[in-house]
Amino acid sequence: MAIVEARNLTKAFDGQNPAVDNLNLVTEEGEYLVLLGPSGSGKTTLLRLIAGLEQPTSGEIFIAGDPMAGLPPRVRSIAMVFQSYALYPHKTVYENIVFPLKAQGVEAAQRPEKVSWAADLLGIGHLLKRKPRQLSGGERQRVALARALVREPAVFLLDEPLSNLDAKLRATARDELKTFQRRIGVTTLYVTHDQVEAMGLGDRIAVMNEGQLRQIGTPREVYSNPADTFVATFVGSPPMNLIRRGDILVGFRPESMLPDSEKAGEGLSLQVDVSRVEYLGSERHMLGTLAGGDLQNKVTGVLPAAMPLDVREGKDQVFFVHAPDLRFFDAETGKRTDPRPVRDIA
Amino acid sequence: MSSSEAAARRPKRYLMEREGVLAPLLLAPSIIYIFALVAIPFFLAIAYSLSDVTIGDPSFDFVGLENFRQVLEDPVFRRSLRNSVVMTFVTMLLVVVISKILALVLTKDFRGKWVVRFLILLPWTTPVSLAAIAWLWMLDSLFSPIDWTLRRFGLIQGSLNWLGNPDLAVVSVVAVQVWRVVPLAAVIIMAGLVAIPSEIYDAARMDGAGFWRTLFQVTIPLTLPVTAVAVLFGAVVVFADMSVPYVLTRGGPIDATQVLPTWAFFRGIQGGDLAQGAAIALFALPVLAAMAVAILRSVRKMDIG
Repeated sequence: MAIVEARNLTKAFDGQNPAVDNLNLVTEEGEYLVLLGPSGSGKTTLLRLIAGLEQPTSGEIFIAGDPMAGLPPRVRSIAMVFQSYALYPHKTVYENIVFPLKAQGVEAAQRPEKVSWAADLLGIGHLLKRKPRQLSGGERQRVALARALVREPAVFLLDEPLSNLDAKLRATARDELKTFQRRIGVTTLYVTHDQVEAMGLGDRIAVMNEGQLRQIGTPREVYSNPADTFVATFVGSPPMNLIRRGDILVGFRPESMLPDSEKAGEGLSLQVDVSRVEYLGSERHMLGTLAGGDLQNKVTGVLPAAMPLDVREGKDQVFFVHAPDLRFFDAETGKRTDPRPVRDIA
Repeated sequence: MSSSEAAARRPKRYLMEREGVLAPLLLAPSIIYIFALVAIPFFLAIAYSLSDVTIGDPSFDFVGLENFRQVLEDPVFRRSLRNSVVMTFVTMLLVVVISKILALVLTKDFRGKWVVRFLILLPWTTPVSLAAIAWLWMLDSLFSPIDWTLRRFGLIQGSLNWLGNPDLAVVSVVAVQVWRVVPLAAVIIMAGLVAIPSEIYDAARMDGAGFWRTLFQVTIPLTLPVTAVAVLFGAVVVFADMSVPYVLTRGGPIDATQVLPTWAFFRGIQGGDLAQGAAIALFALPVLAAMAVAILRSVRKMDIG
């Protein structure tokens, strides 16, 4: 177990904007930290920098307090699981898992015991004689995890390990990953672009965009108190609504839009010109524009199936958002600002 | 109605638009080529080998396996068969090692890479007979630049007489064959190297494997199937080639570099005994077929998918 720290970390590839741009990040002991961001946000590069597969342009990385500058991957006591799993296709499962032990010069007598420990932990003891080709996607992932685990690393790095699985398998694999990490309690950095995965797995989420860390916090913090408009619109589906009021943007989550009849206390009344209603079974998504305001003020509302509100396309509807559900952002910088009194924006 | 249906209904104005015309037309060249230059000579050779046809007496009389019996009793034939097998084997052994190293070098990035690539591919673009003539000069008993260089460094005195000494003649023929086949093998193996996903190498680095371990445990096993294919192509080219030994040594001295193709040529064309020439040439068939089957089978067993 170890703390991973990045200090003023920058990685620039030739003639491009920096993939990682002056980034600072500190993990907690044994935590599950999810790096979340759109593709090209630098999250995989950050992971590869920590792994030692790339060398930073400037800045430093510390693992368990030790500087990692110039150290090759093998001495960093980290293990990485790749997006494609990168199993050795010509080796059996056993040979795949034992490979890092051989490479690190673990005594031959100790190897079988360690392999079977890792294999049993992941429930793949019966697959040891197979080749990767003969395994399902989920089994391959477990072999990749076992190969990473067998070295007993201090830090686990996982690069979109679920993206190769089909949707049904992904849910169970996600559950297994979480259980597995709880059991071994190793600090884990997990890269994904899928915010549902991030919310479900992470003790904390680090949201990245354009090589920069935009916010780091628990899923709840990131969701309900986004640091800026990027985080507000990237996390959550549908994203947070942002409407302009003077020099600030007022944000509120789609599920905070309640029928006018639920009004209790202070808040924002919104008259919405409903343009479309999507029926999704457990809920309805309502898309519309704010009446009276400019046309750019599009909003999306989520109405749970239990809410018997008669919303029709082409009809005006009044919604109400309670004052505590409102968030405020600077229209210029996009950063979150202090709450404003409701009367200023109504 | 989709657009393709609409297109299908439109009357075809050009002959070339009709599949019934276009398809045979496009296939015709390769079918004619295979038929005229592969199938007919092949069956003709089988027919000749069972007959007593000579250049002087082209009338066809069936003699059964008599030609094969005579050929097998001929010590020069046995020498040729052995030479063919041994020289092809040694050539391919050297080709695999050299082309693997070249392929590894070629996949790395360095300055002047295109020049190196160009030079490596050059032998493959030279017509075989021209290249063999160039080598004939290089290995000349009096004017060989190789000898000259060695003399200059004081390593030898006089001349090595590359093509006149039976052992050195074999070395020369093998060396030229290696020089000729290496580019093809290197390019094939390079294609195999490029196809290995970079994450596999990243994984090997994470697992702590160094250069040699990665090379022998990851890179070489993963390029083995494609190397086998390169060996198959190269071995067929070398085994069936008569230009190099014919131009360099005429099979000599004293049959030291005599191989099946040259011996078939000497007996069949220059000696005029077409029937025996055909029988000799046909001996290459089972050898090459057995090798091809063995290699393709082992490739299928090496599942790396």
